Amino acid sequence: MARCSKLVDIGRRQFLRGGAAAAAGAAASVAAPGPGRAATPGARVDYPSTRLANLSELAPNEPLYVAYPDDQAPGVLLKLGQRVEGGVGPDGDVVGFTTSCPHKGFPLSYSAASRTFNCPGHYSVFDPERGGQQVWGQATQNLPQYVLRVDGQGDIYAEGLDELLYGRLSNVL
Amino acid sequence: MAYKRQIDRLPIIPADAKKHNVVCHYCIVGCGYHAYSWPANRQGGTAPGSNAFGVDLSEQQPAETEAWYAPSMYNLVKQDGRDHHLVIKPDKACSVNAGLGSVRGARMAEMSFSEARSTQQQRLTDPQVWRYGQLQPTSWEDALDLVARVTAAVVEEQGEDGLIVSAFDHGGAGGGYENTWGTGKLYFGAMKVKNIRIHNRPAYNSEVHATRDMGVGELNNAYEDAELADTIVAVGTNALETQTNYFLNHWVPNLRGSSLSKKQEMMPDEPHEAARIVVVDPRRTVTVNACEIEAGKDRVLHLPIRSGSDLALFNAIFAYIADQGWVDRDFIEASTSRDAPPRPPLYPERGVSDAKPGHLTSFEAAVEGCRLSLDEAAAITGLDPADIVKAAEWIAQPKAGGKRRRTMFSYEKGLIWGNDNYRTNGALVNLALATGNVGRLGGGVVRMGGHQEGYVRPADGHVGRPSAYVDQLLISGQGGVHHVWACDHYKTTLNAHAFKAAYKKRTDMVKDAMSSVPWGDRELMVETIMAAIRQGGLFAVDVDIVPTKIGEACHVVLPAATSGEMNLTSMNGERRMRLTERYMDPPGQAMPDCLIAARLANHLERVLREAGRASYADQFTGFDWQSEEDAFMDGYHANAGGGEHVTYERLRVMGTNGFQEPAVGFENGRIVGTERLYTDGNFSTADGKARFMDAPWRGLQAPGKTEQQAAYRFLINNGRANQVWQSAYLDVENDFVMERWPYPFIEMHPEDMAELGVGQGDLVEVYNEAGATQAMAYPTPTARRGETFMLFAYPTGVQGNVVNAGTNELVIPNYKQTWGDIRKIADAPRNVRTISFKSKEYSVD
Ligand code: SF4
Ligand code: FES
Repeated sequence: MARCSKLVDIGRRQFLRGGAAAAAGAAASVAAPGPGRAATPGARVDYPSTRLANLSELAPNEPLYVAYPDDQAPGVLLKLGQRVEGGVGPDGDVVGFTTSCPHKGFPLSYSAASRTFNCPGHYSVFDPERGGQQVWGQATQNLPQYVLRVDGQGDIYAEGLDELLYGRLSNVL
Repeated sequence: MAYKRQIDRLPIIPADAKKHNVVCHYCIVGCGYHAYSWPANRQGGTAPGSNAFGVDLSEQQPAETEAWYAPSMYNLVKQDGRDHHLVIKPDKACSVNAGLGSVRGARMAEMSFSEARSTQQQRLTDPQVWRYGQLQPTSWEDALDLVARVTAAVVEEQGEDGLIVSAFDHGGAGGGYENTWGTGKLYFGAMKVKNIRIHNRPAYNSEVHATRDMGVGELNNAYEDAELADTIVAVGTNALETQTNYFLNHWVPNLRGSSLSKKQEMMPDEPHEAARIVVVDPRRTVTVNACEIEAGKDRVLHLPIRSGSDLALFNAIFAYIADQGWVDRDFIEASTSRDAPPRPPLYPERGVSDAKPGHLTSFEAAVEGCRLSLDEAAAITGLDPADIVKAAEWIAQPKAGGKRRRTMFSYEKGLIWGNDNYRTNGALVNLALATGNVGRLGGGVVRMGGHQEGYVRPADGHVGRPSAYVDQLLISGQGGVHHVWACDHYKTTLNAHAFKAAYKKRTDMVKDAMSSVPWGDRELMVETIMAAIRQGGLFAVDVDIVPTKIGEACHVVLPAATSGEMNLTSMNGERRMRLTERYMDPPGQAMPDCLIAARLANHLERVLREAGRASYADQFTGFDWQSEEDAFMDGYHANAGGGEHVTYERLRVMGTNGFQEPAVGFENGRIVGTERLYTDGNFSTADGKARFMDAPWRGLQAPGKTEQQAAYRFLINNGRANQVWQSAYLDVENDFVMERWPYPFIEMHPEDMAELGVGQGDLVEVYNEAGATQAMAYPTPTARRGETFMLFAYPTGVQGNVVNAGTNELVIPNYKQTWGDIRKIADAPRNVRTISFKSKEYSVD
């Protein structure tokens, strides 16, 4: 039963190089059908760097509703009050997530008591203190999380996502 | 950190992609899906004309859209030897799931064999044999020749009883009509094997003998009935986790009241409300929580009975509704037997024989035989008598205007693997018959099911009843050769500790013998194996799609194809039969089980002829199938009730909605099926009358349970988790699942944990006189003190190790009533420290 986990990783990289690069080619040709030679597309989509808020706007355990990578993609910033993996800011406790459930796209609500995102669609529960892990539910993904950066002024920028968003076959449309 | 795929876009399904019908091959519900496939060098585009959905994919799609698929629904697989993109996504037009995919089914694509993306690289690709001290690849000819020779030699010395078989009998992956027929024709047609067991129990028996003996087939209603019922009774079924989309798509609308207009339309002459639900389960499950959210707490009655006391509860309700007169007199007169034969002499302690642990009789005699007062039942079950009355009212009290209440009774493993299976099953069917709730809209008394079904085999009467307790035969040194088809007893049997110890010892004897002779001398090899068998050894052959734990003990391992790598038919929990079409190649040399059985039969015929046993060899003819369709036509088409109306071609046309068995005709290009059974009031007995069961309570019935309960502190209740299919045979290679559950969880009350010095995620040992196993402590405030719940059949901690050998008279295991002690082994390891231990219950507070 032992398996070589490296193989899995190589497989993932190959996917990113192969299938996704080909998809990017198509997207480029649809978007820019001009006569010139198209630029070589990247292996991943190019994420915008978007200022979502300033640290000063965040209160502990109170969701701040944002959108990323565009205004069709609702999300949330949360200051959890304790350092978590993927957290940014001086306390390493600021995280951002989509609020579209990766199961069927229903809007998640935040429970401050349990610090979980809850889906009214089919009762899925996600834990923002554990990278958006699905505690229980019907989605086959954990909750897509923002890659965040905080600059010297305390401005919080989103610069990427780690899973596919519900309702789009490319995270950047 | 939570597992993330780092996938930010997926190839788009082109407009001209191939589209195949698929039924989810995991659970009983059998959700409809489609498999889209197209060559690796092509792709669709975002413009409406260039993708399969005809929509503009450069825009965000709304909730519940058909025009989206998750990364888990995508893969790159081989089709006719060439790389193809594959998307398997739920079908909105399927009446079963209406486009819903569960956390299990929506990973079908990702759980497929892909060399390009390194998924399911564990899959078996070549026959393997024990050669030079390890399993080595070989040809089908070589492997089957050895299996045939050893099997023929054992049968010659010991008779067919020397051949022990473990085989699936269900539908979906590792089963289906083609494959149950293939194995069935070999073992029950060509041979008359009686030492045979099924994947999840140690004998060849029904999980629901009682309902069948009463004349009520266990899958008698339609999923729609859950939308129409006034009251749903759910016994030992955690439907949200284990029959997910049946619950979401058919129970929830009724609990919410959104099926009201349908109720009014279909049943206009009576008052209707949203459903009430009675849930009988010692544990507060996520199903209970979801019901409360949808119906409101005042319309959900959770009866947290003492483990194993269901029978007492049902009997008290039965007596109460009979005394109130809340029964369907006309139905009882017309459709049930009015005979009340005398009780067997040793009743109620024992039935007339072990084959009949209950007593079939008339309504009146059953009421008196079962009778328990509310107080007696309250004392046994630990419930408040007022709640028992409330359950009786919700089940049977007539509606306004004296209209009969429509109640649907559902049950699954909490009852099936529970105390006194036979009588408890009978007692629940009593309630349905008394209230006229079989064969009527909004009724039914049905098992919820585990796998899909897919059983068609030659007659099995020779197996006997009670059938042989096969695990005990294996443990006690009987039999010489064991054929294992898609079963992993090391994970899924009871008394697993003792079983594994004995099995390893016996198969090691044969391994050592095989290592002592050169491979190429077949005669010497067979003679050496036979010598080891005469000493108590066992030659084991494993047919499966993946390496299994029991497979590690085997001498020959044969690679099977699974659903989608072959055409496969099954039926779901409302008898809905569909064809999953082949959409990809099986890995390597893997073949459908039915063809493996056929080729084994061919080899047996040859070997027997060579040995001069011509007349026995003749029994192995009729296995010249070249495809699974040949097996289907030979099996289902020619043998199943209504099978003559059913062909692959017709099923393809019927799509993911298929038809409900039995087929009764073929009209206007469509197979005509049967929505509900027994609508004419004629039941499955010789005289067409259903029987009631005189089924008195007799405490914990299976040997050793009472003593175990007294000796240990914790109930080790056990069952399934949403994310995991069956024994995790595929999930074990899925990072999404294994990150969530690196070890089986054991839900424990936080104060119990504190008393034992156990923190969240700590590894604990669960142990009793039967054995020991490990689990990961999951603090669960809703758990009762002293009552735990452990994930069943998980590879990293086998709950069956601590289930004792006790079964009922019909050799049905009693997994649920298990008691043990718990102690800490180790602090939470690294892969546990990163996971969430929050409540699994949805809440908005
Ligand atoms: S509910 Fe069952 S059949 Fe439906 S998708 Fe899930 S596992 Fe498959
Ligand atoms: S949409 Fe969120 S659980 Fe289904």
